[in-house]
Amino acid sequence: MDTFDVIIIGSGPAGLTAALYSTRANLKTLVIAGRAWGGQLMLTTIVENYPGFPEGIQGPDLMQAIRAQAERHGAEIIDVDFKSADYGSTGSPQGGSTGSPQGGSTGSPQGGSTGSPQGGSTKLTTSNSTPIKIRTDDDKEYLTKTVIIATGADTKWLEVPGEKEKIGRGVSSCAPCDAPFFRNKNAIVVGGGDSAMEEALVLTKFASSVTIVHRRDEFRASAIMQKRVKENPKIKILFNSDIVEILGENKVEKVKVKNNKTNEISEILIDGVFVAIGHIPNSALFPGVDRDENGFIKVYDHTKTNIEGVYVAGDVHDAHYKQAVTAAGFGCMAALEVEKWLMNQ
Amino acid sequence: MAEVILTDDSFEKEVLKSEVPFMVDFWAEWCQPCRIISPLIEELGHDYEGKIKVGKMNVDEHPNTPGTYGIMSIPTIIIFKGGKPVETMIGVQPKENFKKSIESALAS
Repeated sequence: MDTFDVIIIGSGPAGLTAALYSTRANLKTLVIAGRAWGGQLMLTTIVENYPGFPEGIQGPDLMQAIRAQAERHGAEIIDVDFKSADYGSTGSPQGGSTGSPQGGSTGSPQGGSTGSPQGGSTKLTTSNSTPIKIRTDDDKEYLTKTVIIATGADTKWLEVPGEKEKIGRGVSSCAPCDAPFFRNKNAIVVGGGDSAMEEALVLTKFASSVTIVHRRDEFRASAIMQKRVKENPKIKILFNSDIVEILGENKVEKVKVKNNKTNEISEILIDGVFVAIGHIPNSALFPGVDRDENGFIKVYDHTKTNIEGVYVAGDVHDAHYKQAVTAAGFGCMAALEVEKWLMNQ
Repeated sequence: MAEVILTDDSFEKEVLKSEVPFMVDFWAEWCQPCRIISPLIEELGHDYEGKIKVGKMNVDEHPNTPGTYGIMSIPTIIIFKGGKPVETMIGVQPKENFKKSIESALAS
């Protein structure tokens, strides 16, 4: 079996930018893209803050373009899910889950994929003579000298009664995917960041009314997004409010909303609940790799994990910036470090 | 066997009256994740040739059938057997999940 110089797990901006740099450095590169390849941008509409596109660009189009660019330089990209890694001589435990680490799929309840974060940090060393073994969900095995983990993050769900069983039946994390089903209906968006604002604005093209439910008394979204939301006559805002239960027979019919200042609970008749309260890093498939208490992979020296030869890039470690352009930057950094590490071996 | 392109009109005859389990991929042009799932469904049609049939239905052009089955998110994949939905899968998922659902529909 051929040994790759680097296997990149994930195919969002971080993973594909890493692939672009590693192939241009002449490293034999495999990208395990995931069955839902492309990451979170595949579930968005227009991206207005990625440099180089003065009129903005559709998220999926941007990902297609970055993928084509990486492929043109020789990256091998396979659309299967990563299953487990064996880091060689350390005999580290295997991941057993078959969930898709790349996420971003509409209505797929994969958000809960983070296991309990790992405890103490152990500095592991592998001898370079033992390649890392990577297994995919189609039961194939690949050998590689280095790994870049770029599995990103998945929807964080509300975890309230009635939510899980109604995902895809009125509960959604992807307005651009599901908004057309809410034509002339009423929908709620939960959250206060840019992605909540975008979900609400997308929904207004179809729904008759959109209510944003947010637990604080102000949004943390960017000024421009807040302005668009506040100027939209179809959007109502409920601050200081939490959804405590989602009700309905086989689909969403109403929600219980609690005002967290007065503790008053009211019911709202509603057809859809769009959840945009943040993301959970897809790090559970990497036992042995250090994580913090929130599941983000711990970074040492810019892009390294605690395991020799294993690097990390993008939202799976970045709890602060979470932008397409920063993810791409981290991907570039990781690939440059991989190149340097391989040269020193 | 190639995938059957289903319409509201042909649905009953093709799917509900099918001799073998019928897996329907509900999709639309604007749905990115649908593009990811679509080749997988075609693959499964070949893998299980003779045992099941597969088809796809555009929910924009044919809204009645998706309405009947309460579809509010796509891709939704439903396996029908004996005129009734027996397995429903919503969203992108690994091929393994689809195989399990097909096996369980065949066994039931």
